[in-house]
Amino acid sequence: MLRFICKRILVIIPTLLGIIFIVFGIMALTPGDPAKVILGEKATPEAIEKLNKEMGLDKPFLVRYVNYVLDLLHGDMGNSYRSGREVSEEILTRLPTTIRLTIGAIVVAVCLGIPLGILSAVKQYSFFDIAGTMTAMMAASIPAFWLALLFILLFALKLGWLPSNGSESFRHYILPSLSLAIPTSASLLRLTRTQMLETIRQDYIRTARAKGQVERKITFRHALKNALLPVVTVVGMEFGFLLGGAVICEQVYSINGLGTLIINAIRMKDIPQVTGSALFLAFFFMLVMLLVDILYAYIDPRIRARYQTRSKK
Amino acid sequence: MNGNMKDASPKKHVSLSLTEDEAVNFKKKSQLKEVWRRMRKNKMAVVGLCIFTVIVLCTIFADLIVDYDKGIDQNIEIRLQSPSAEHWFGTDMYGRDMFARIIHGTRYSFVMGIVAVIVGITIGGTLGAVAGYYGGIVDTVIMRIMDTVMCIPFMLLSLTIVSALGPGLVNVLIALMLSMVPNYTRVIRSAILTVTGMDYIEAAKSCGTPNRYIVFKHVLPNAIGTVIVQATMSVGSTIIAAAGMSFIGMGIQPPAPEWGSMLSEGREYMRYSPYIVLFPGLAIAFSALALNLMGDGLRDALDPRLKD
Repeated sequence: MLRFICKRILVIIPTLLGIIFIVFGIMALTPGDPAKVILGEKATPEAIEKLNKEMGLDKPFLVRYVNYVLDLLHGDMGNSYRSGREVSEEILTRLPTTIRLTIGAIVVAVCLGIPLGILSAVKQYSFFDIAGTMTAMMAASIPAFWLALLFILLFALKLGWLPSNGSESFRHYILPSLSLAIPTSASLLRLTRTQMLETIRQDYIRTARAKGQVERKITFRHALKNALLPVVTVVGMEFGFLLGGAVICEQVYSINGLGTLIINAIRMKDIPQVTGSALFLAFFFMLVMLLVDILYAYIDPRIRARYQTRSKK
Repeated sequence: MNGNMKDASPKKHVSLSLTEDEAVNFKKKSQLKEVWRRMRKNKMAVVGLCIFTVIVLCTIFADLIVDYDKGIDQNIEIRLQSPSAEHWFGTDMYGRDMFARIIHGTRYSFVMGIVAVIVGITIGGTLGAVAGYYGGIVDTVIMRIMDTVMCIPFMLLSLTIVSALGPGLVNVLIALMLSMVPNYTRVIRSAILTVTGMDYIEAAKSCGTPNRYIVFKHVLPNAIGTVIVQATMSVGSTIIAAAGMSFIGMGIQPPAPEWGSMLSEGREYMRYSPYIVLFPGLAIAFSALALNLMGDGLRDALDPRLKD
């Protein structure tokens, strides 16, 4: 087990270097002179050139990349062009908000999608199943940011039950998490249903039935465990999707999170800030996928067995 | 499939003079027919196809349906009107006809979703096919790169690319397209891998068939089902993503009647006239729904074994 985890963690390093390379590379393509952004349009060419030299922007791309990675090892992501503050500081003050929002959304999506998916599969072709899958189909086609607008319209403006913007209290997170979660829960419902249906047809389920096992135990003990394996991976992937969705949703609810930070930085052409924030989110997503993989190894005896036999050799 | 075989065997018996080419055409036609027959039986897929057709017709004949100027010319006197016989979907805060804007909006997000997926799948498909068919070092290199790119969430990657290129229709298109290449590469690689493991490919190889011929005549036609389904399903989410980009001001810029930017413009007025955010959102949702329904139907029709 430990071997598996260690190996998986070691893989992170080259991947992370790759991600930095990609994000850094894309941002290096940005037209426009950073020094001009900092000094303003009226700056003299000499001053611009001087500042460019100071920031090391006159060096070739690969040298800048290596320097960035070395600085990153010291925890230095550079300073924001606009505010002048440290990029990492700006990110860390906003990160908790975005993570709370995303985790809230994934919890709601899992709690809604998976049980309903199981129910749909167990009662296949019943009224519930048909209504459930049809609603899921529609919900999966709704953009989260539109749902967010409708929720504000209904629950905040018309009914006045919940606040429509800000992130001060738990109540502020309800609408954003819900609007993010509903499209995701729809796809989880569909996936869980398909997986369950496929598992229920397996031979071992027939065996369990033949020996007279109680139907409820068959569903939860035999089928569910096997059906949920792919669902776990998809939940991890959806996390990345939700992080992206959160970027847009934060705009609707005026939440001052990482998404708002990135979008403002993009508008201002604040390259270190965009690079830093994008890296942070990508890194966070990678950690989630690492957790999913480890969890997978724990719940899937096949993976566990593979590593156990190998370590015995 | 079974039905096909039964049909095919007596025919073969009768007309032994069929040339090889004719035989291939005959089989293809009946397979397509079979898929179409199965899809027609699926009510949801037919509904999806109908909505899709309507939207495509709107895209093509937008100018005949309603004047573009109606959705662009500002007229403050009639601002924020509710739906009426004259303005079917009401008017927005500048007095522009919402119906005209929605109809002409099909030419943005909807078309963008389709174009981005087609180009993305061509690039991803080629990479995936090369990786899957040749294997070895080529496979490792391509897949390592793709795995790395996939660690960056889709929306984030698109945003980063747009921030480098600047907002605008073509740039958003490039961003969306590039962001989905890794996913397609992976899907198509695994589809190709499944097919290359089959006996008939081995048979073709042992006959000394050239690689190029095997890839285009044997591997691709058999893997294409997965690709088509994947493409149809992802157009829906790409339409949503394209609208999302415009919504946060990174995509198509106003006054172009793009659904996402219409939503973001109308946000401040929705308290007084909810229609302003209702119709553009419905337009996005219906486009995505149509393609999702069609994708589902196609998947079941192409591979009946998957049907629950």
